Amino acid sequence: MTTLQSKVPQGPIKDKWTNHKNNINLVNPANKRNIDIIVIGTGLAGGSAAATLAELGYNVKAFAYQDSPRRAHSIAAQGGINASKNYMGDGDSDYRLFYDTVKGGDYRSREGNVYRLAEVSGNIIDQCVAQGVPFARDYGGLLDNRSFGGVLVSRTFYAKGQTGQQLLLGAYSAMNRQIAKGKITMYNRHEMLDVVIIDGKARGIIARNLITGEISRHSAHAVVIASGGYGNVYFLSTNAMGSNATAAWKVHKKGAYFANPCFTQIHPTCIPRSGDYQSKLTLMSESLRNDGRIWVPKNIEDAKAIQEGKLRPTEIAEENRDYYLERRYPAFGNLVPRDVASRAAKERCDAGYGVNKTGEAVYLDFASAIERYGKEQAHIQGIHNPSEEKVRELGEAIIEAKYGNLFQMYEKIVDENPYKTPMMIYPATHYTMGGIWVDYNLMTTVPGLYAIGEANFSDHGANRLGASALMQGLADGYFVLPYTIGDYLANEIRTGAIPTDTPEFDEAEKAVKERIDFFINNKGTHSVDYFHKKLGKVMWEKVGMARNVQGLEEAIKEIQEIREDFWKNVKVPGSVNEFNQELEKAGRVADFLELGELFAKDALNRNESCGGHFREDYQTDEGEALRDDENYSYVAAWEYTGKPSEAKLHKEQLEFKDIEVKTRSYK
Amino acid sequence: MNLTLKIWRQKSPKDKGQIVEYKVNDISEHMSFLEMLDVLNEDLVAKGEEPVAFDHDCREGICGMCSLHINGEAHGPDRLITTCQLHMRTFKDGDTIFIEPFRSKAFPIIKDLVVDRSALDRIQQAGGFISVNTSGNTQDANAIPIAKAAADESMDAATCIGCGACVASCKNASAMLFMSAKVSQYALLPQGRVEAADRVTNMIKQMDKEGFGNCTNTGACEVECPKGISLNNIARLNREYLKASI
Repeated sequence: MTTLQSKVPQGPIKDKWTNHKNNINLVNPANKRNIDIIVIGTGLAGGSAAATLAELGYNVKAFAYQDSPRRAHSIAAQGGINASKNYMGDGDSDYRLFYDTVKGGDYRSREGNVYRLAEVSGNIIDQCVAQGVPFARDYGGLLDNRSFGGVLVSRTFYAKGQTGQQLLLGAYSAMNRQIAKGKITMYNRHEMLDVVIIDGKARGIIARNLITGEISRHSAHAVVIASGGYGNVYFLSTNAMGSNATAAWKVHKKGAYFANPCFTQIHPTCIPRSGDYQSKLTLMSESLRNDGRIWVPKNIEDAKAIQEGKLRPTEIAEENRDYYLERRYPAFGNLVPRDVASRAAKERCDAGYGVNKTGEAVYLDFASAIERYGKEQAHIQGIHNPSEEKVRELGEAIIEAKYGNLFQMYEKIVDENPYKTPMMIYPATHYTMGGIWVDYNLMTTVPGLYAIGEANFSDHGANRLGASALMQGLADGYFVLPYTIGDYLANEIRTGAIPTDTPEFDEAEKAVKERIDFFINNKGTHSVDYFHKKLGKVMWEKVGMARNVQGLEEAIKEIQEIREDFWKNVKVPGSVNEFNQELEKAGRVADFLELGELFAKDALNRNESCGGHFREDYQTDEGEALRDDENYSYVAAWEYTGKPSEAKLHKEQLEFKDIEVKTRSYK
Repeated sequence: MNLTLKIWRQKSPKDKGQIVEYKVNDISEHMSFLEMLDVLNEDLVAKGEEPVAFDHDCREGICGMCSLHINGEAHGPDRLITTCQLHMRTFKDGDTIFIEPFRSKAFPIIKDLVVDRSALDRIQQAGGFISVNTSGNTQDANAIPIAKAAADESMDAATCIGCGACVASCKNASAMLFMSAKVSQYALLPQGRVEAADRVTNMIKQMDKEGFGNCTNTGACEVECPKGISLNNIARLNREYLKASI
């Protein structure tokens, strides 16, 4: 077994990043002009990296499957972005953000990377404000913060419920400035279909123009994968319809190890599914748990009556409600981390206390917050003995100011007014902590190939805290990769332009074209979605919120069967050289059908429960996750050897020198 | 419910295109409009016909990828939402629904209901940014206090999703509401004031070059805008433009 070199610098954790920056190689400005970099994906990580690399002087080619870089799914992030500014004076610091992130990730992330993340978090806010991102402010004109799950301070910066949108538009504007200068060439509606490796180094990609179907070759001195996560392996998730793992999976098949695929985040507050036709799930921001209280009926008879539509939640008296998070976790209450909240919801629903007709929903109730804010407002406005209606009116206005867009979204989808009746929520796949293995420089196991943002694995361990995805995407793209990539590129200054008429490009292009032709010519019996839905069902039922040996073994077998069936019977209409959305989906689902199997294999290998990975055979008497630090305190990095079932395991042992490894408790 | 759909089909940019009628049955009122189209497409694929191409991605009203003119209105009959958030409960059994692409000279059709909105990107590239490099040495985020009212107003303008509904709804196919949202976001912030004059001049120049029409203040854009971007922004844009020109 090869030993994975994480390349985390020596020295005290506080000095690692500074020392590293002082010691790595740089590329001088004149040479940067002769170096090309390809960036796949234009979300927060890819967009910020493309802009910053171009500002530094590199020639950047950026690719997005959407019609504009502004549409990447980072745009849908609602709640906020963490930074250890300590503007609230509540005791926050880089160390605390580091501590919370490592603990929140259940001690399965790499210490050095996480500390660096905390260290640059403040710079992100400075940078975004300078770019004109309109963060929320208080009446004194200073930036406002709110609190997110799993922490005891307020460090989350936000722009209403559209923080991801505003940050992405900030990165997009920085990209636009470079596109206008010709430093970034933007390839919209293009999808990367393979990476080209020459003499062991990443040297380019094969891409398909999604409008014309044309296949093109692009060479570069480095390739950066910023294509996001693989949550759509579940078919239903909060990801965008087009979010896919193809770029990540292709590089895996060409030599990049894939780390911890089983670490997937099931987000507790999503709108429950309503029927078989459902195409995706919608998230309700975690910020709602600042003011919403989660409950189910205390009595099973009440739950049954609600499921049958005979009782309304507002008719259940306070003493007959079970605020199960407050009951089980008094210290953190409704703001426990996502994995804990999701499992607790599942536990109650499995026990029969679910509150919609499928029995898979719990309440998120704003009545107490409305009353509290209403009374506060009445006091501020000098209204003595306000009526109940007045209190409600004043309180609802505050809730609307804080979460108006989310409430509107909920009402449009569910057709119920969440100001008057509690929201119904249920967990759904949201984010993937696992991803392409990278070292401290964010380089994969293939030289010259990098992975940033959600596409890599490094910072969130087995569970990501709320408002940390935006932080990591921008940290990687603005402040980490642009420095670390120079260390590799310093050796490329004599390479010159890389030709694309080489056997390696020929071969990669040929394979891509053959696969596309296969899909069109197969003329099978079932649509791509038919197979995707089947895969999703297996993943959700057997590799979802709770996993066990038997289920995982079955899942592996079933996924293999679905994959075999897919390659025999998939039906893709239309032709190759045209805008063909079914063809796009076919390629993506083919890759999910392989990734899903590795995912289950990884879950089966990890004989412990930690973060988002919950194995029913490893739990305490109280139903809490039972971690095994002695045997599983490692990153499972899988090497592709021809089949997902034969993937080879490499371990990166995790060391914790600056944080005491404890049982994670939010009680 | 059972519905009759009349959908614009056009094989390629050069194809002439026509309205084609389809029937869909057993549509649930809880489906989203795009899920209804998914059902239609699954049917078409099963029958060996080509599915209807339409743009969509996040399906939660924020990416701006979905479009569609539904019964003559951008994003359909409901207000303050995108097509992906429109639900079938808005329609009733037996309805006939017309589905067309966003129409504007600046938005050429790619296929069926998919249009090319890259003109909007090019307007942003002309000046929709603040010229600040990433360095890690910009001043502290709280160094310049910004009045809450200005920050909030800037945020309201910044919520534009760049879908192009304003252009599609305007009888002149003007992109002024879109333009004004970006110009306003920056004009209201001290960080954006520095380049305000160049920004508005360059963006307007690009807008004209792309073939968008002029604004005659009919206000249709504001009505159809899924994010409720206010016409006040156009007034601010005009002020900024005037200031930059004298």
